[in-house]
Amino acid sequence: MPRLGADMTAGKVVQWLKRPGERIKRGEVIAVVETDKANVDVESFIEGVLEKILVAPGDERLPVGTPLALIRTEGTAAPSAPAAAVAPVAAAPIPAVAIAPAAVMAAAVPPAVPAAALPGAAGERARVSPAARKRALELQLDPAALTGSGPQGRVTLADVERAAQAAPAARAQPSPAEAAAARQLRMREAIATSMARSKREIPHYYLACTIDLGRALAWLAERNAGRAVTERLIYAVLLIKATALALREVPELNGFWIDNRAQHSEAIHAGVAISLRGGGLVAPALHHADQRPLDELMAGFQDLVKRARAWSLKGSEMTDPTVTITSLGERGVESVFGIITPPQLALVGFGTPLERPWVVNGQVVPRPLLTVTLSGDHRATDGHRGALFLAALDSLLQQPEAL
Amino acid sequence: MTYREAVREAMREAMRADPRVFLMGEDVGKYGGAFSVSHGMLAEFGPKRIRDTPLSESTFVGAGIGAALGGMRPIVEIMTINFSLLALDQIVNNAATLRHMSGGQFGVPLVLRMATGGGRQLAAQHSHSLEGWYAHIPGIKAAAPATVADARGLLLAALKEPDPVVLFEHATLYPLEGESEDGTPMQFGRAALRRAGRDVSLITYGGALGKTLRAAALLAEQGIEAEVIDLRSLRPLDTETIFTSVAHTHRAVIVEEAWKTGGFAAEVSACIMEGAFDALDAPVVRVCGAEVPMPYAPQLEQAALPQPEAIVKAVQGLF
Repeated sequence: MPRLGADMTAGKVVQWLKRPGERIKRGEVIAVVETDKANVDVESFIEGVLEKILVAPGDERLPVGTPLALIRTEGTAAPSAPAAAVAPVAAAPIPAVAIAPAAVMAAAVPPAVPAAALPGAAGERARVSPAARKRALELQLDPAALTGSGPQGRVTLADVERAAQAAPAARAQPSPAEAAAARQLRMREAIATSMARSKREIPHYYLACTIDLGRALAWLAERNAGRAVTERLIYAVLLIKATALALREVPELNGFWIDNRAQHSEAIHAGVAISLRGGGLVAPALHHADQRPLDELMAGFQDLVKRARAWSLKGSEMTDPTVTITSLGERGVESVFGIITPPQLALVGFGTPLERPWVVNGQVVPRPLLTVTLSGDHRATDGHRGALFLAALDSLLQQPEAL
Repeated sequence: MTYREAVREAMREAMRADPRVFLMGEDVGKYGGAFSVSHGMLAEFGPKRIRDTPLSESTFVGAGIGAALGGMRPIVEIMTINFSLLALDQIVNNAATLRHMSGGQFGVPLVLRMATGGGRQLAAQHSHSLEGWYAHIPGIKAAAPATVADARGLLLAALKEPDPVVLFEHATLYPLEGESEDGTPMQFGRAALRRAGRDVSLITYGGALGKTLRAAALLAEQGIEAEVIDLRSLRPLDTETIFTSVAHTHRAVIVEEAWKTGGFAAEVSACIMEGAFDALDAPVVRVCGAEVPMPYAPQLEQAALPQPEAIVKAVQGLF
C-alpha cells in the first residue's frame, strides 16, 4: 500500500487494473486505491510481470506498507524467486518486525505464550459460525453486529438469514450517501492529522505583499477576447505559472523537509488546492508547472479539478507536489495565511484581486490589487529568502506575456 | 435373518462359489466360533476348509497371509479386536506392505474378521474399539458393517478385493435381526444414509449406529431432524457423503464407541474442517466412549459407552 500523500496511513484497494501474468511497465497504472482524500491510481515503480495479487478489492483499510501484489522483475525468472513487493513510495514505512534477529537465533522455537494471553483467546472476536460468516459475506451483512442466538451467543446461519430478511437497510454495504459521509469524515481526519502535524512540527513564518495585477489582467482580457469560453484562461493559471517560475529563482522554497534537512526538488510540481463539494480539500500536483505553456496548464488544472471532485486522482499527483498554492480569490478573501502541507517547505496563498486606490508615478489610481502571502518553514528558509520569492513573483506578474 | 447368520451365509456362499476360499481361526470348527458365526460350517465344508488354529493370533494371521500370497482367498477370524493386537506385526508389517514392497508383484487378498466393541460385560481385555488404529494403515481396507445386509454385502465385497480387508463385527450386533439383500456385492468406500434430516448430521459406524438412530428418534420428538450417516468403510472414508450431508445440515456430531483422544471421530472431524468448514454453523462435536479401560460392572460399562441420551444432549448443545 503506497503512501499517497504525506498524511496517508491506510487505504483500500478499490480495483485491480492488471491481472496476474500481465506485463507491467514502469509508471503504468495497476490498481485504484481509495485514500481518505481520493480514489488514486497506483502506478508501478518497477517493470516486470504481475506475479500475484495479494489483496482483493474490498472494504478493508490496509496500513501503508502492506504488500498488495508481487511483481516479478526481469532476471528473477522462477516464480519462487524473490519477487519485489509493490511499495512504490520510498517513504512508505516498512512495518517494524518486533523480533530481534538475536532472539531468533537464540530460540528457534518461540517461547510458549499462555493461552489466555493470546489475542482473541478471551473472545475478543465475535462468535460467528463459519456458515453464518460465509452467508453474511454473500449478503454483505456484518455478522459481528448481529445478536447471536446460538450457544454462548454465537451468531448462526439462522440469525444472518433473519437479519437479511428483517432489515435490508441494516446492510454493511453503505448507501452512496453513507459512503460519501464516511469518506468526508475520513478526509476530515486526514486533514486534521496533516495540519496538526504541520503546526506541531513546522515553525511557520508568514510574509505578505500586495501586487498590482493590472497588467496581468489586461493581458489576460486581451488574450481571451474572441476565444471560446472553453479556451479562455483564468487568472489563477497565471498565478500558478508565475509562482512556479519564481520558485526557479528561489529554489530553496521548493521541496521537502525530510530527515531534519531541506531536500530541494529540481522539478517544480505545484500542488493546487482544490476544495471539494461537501467540504474538504486536496492539493494534487500540476506537474512541471514552470515548464508548461499556459494553455496546457489550464487544461491540466481543469482536468485536476474534475478528477479531484470525482475522487479519481493518480498516486503521483497525490505524492508529487513540491509546493502548495492556495487561492481563496473567488471567495472574496483578501489574504490567506496558509498552513504548509508537510513535508513541503512552503505554501503560497492568493487572495481576491480588488480594485483599490494605488499610487503609481505619484498619482493615486484605481488598480486591481492582489495580496500574496508566503508561509515558509523557518527551519529551511528565512524571511529574507521568502521576500526574494515574493519580489520575483511580483516581477513575473508584471510581464504576463512572458509567462 | 440375524447379523450372525448373514456373515455365515456370506461365507458359505463364497466357499461354495470359490474353492480358494477357506476359514480359519480359534474354535471356528468344532465349537462353531466364539460367537457361533461358523456354526455348522465344519460339517458342510470339512476340516480342510474350516480350520481350527492354535491360540496364537500372530501364527494364524501369518499363515493366512502366506495362503493369500500362495493364491488362496483366506478368511481369518480373530476372536476380538483386543486379541488382534498380537497379530499387528503380521497385519501392519506384512499384509499391508507386501504389495508395495514387492513393487506390485504380490498381493495379499486376505479377509480378517474380528469382533469388536463392548456392552457384553467382557471387561477391559475383550471390549475395546480399536477400529481407528486399522483405519490409520495404508495398504489395508477397513470396514465396519452395522446392519444385517452390510454384514453379508461387505464380506462378499471384501472377498473380491485384491488386498487385505479388515472387517469389524460389533459383538452386540450378532443377534440383530434384519433383511439381507441378495444381488450385486457392495462397493467399498461408500457411506450409507440411514436417516434423512435437515438439522444435524450424526456420523457413526458399527455398533454405535443403533444408538445413534435411537437418538435421532428422540431428537425428532423435540423437533430436531437428525440425519444419520453410517460410514460403513473407515478406510477409504467416504468424505463426499459427509460433506454433502454437512452442507445442508450445517452441524455434525460424530458418534463412536472408541476413546475420544486420537480416535477415528477426530479424523472425521478434521476432514469436515478441511472440506466443509464454511458449511458449519456450530462446532463439530464428538460423542465417544469414556477414556477408561472398559469396566466389568454393567452399570459402569453402560456409563462408559456412548448412549442415546448423551448423543441427544450433545446435539441440543448445538442449538
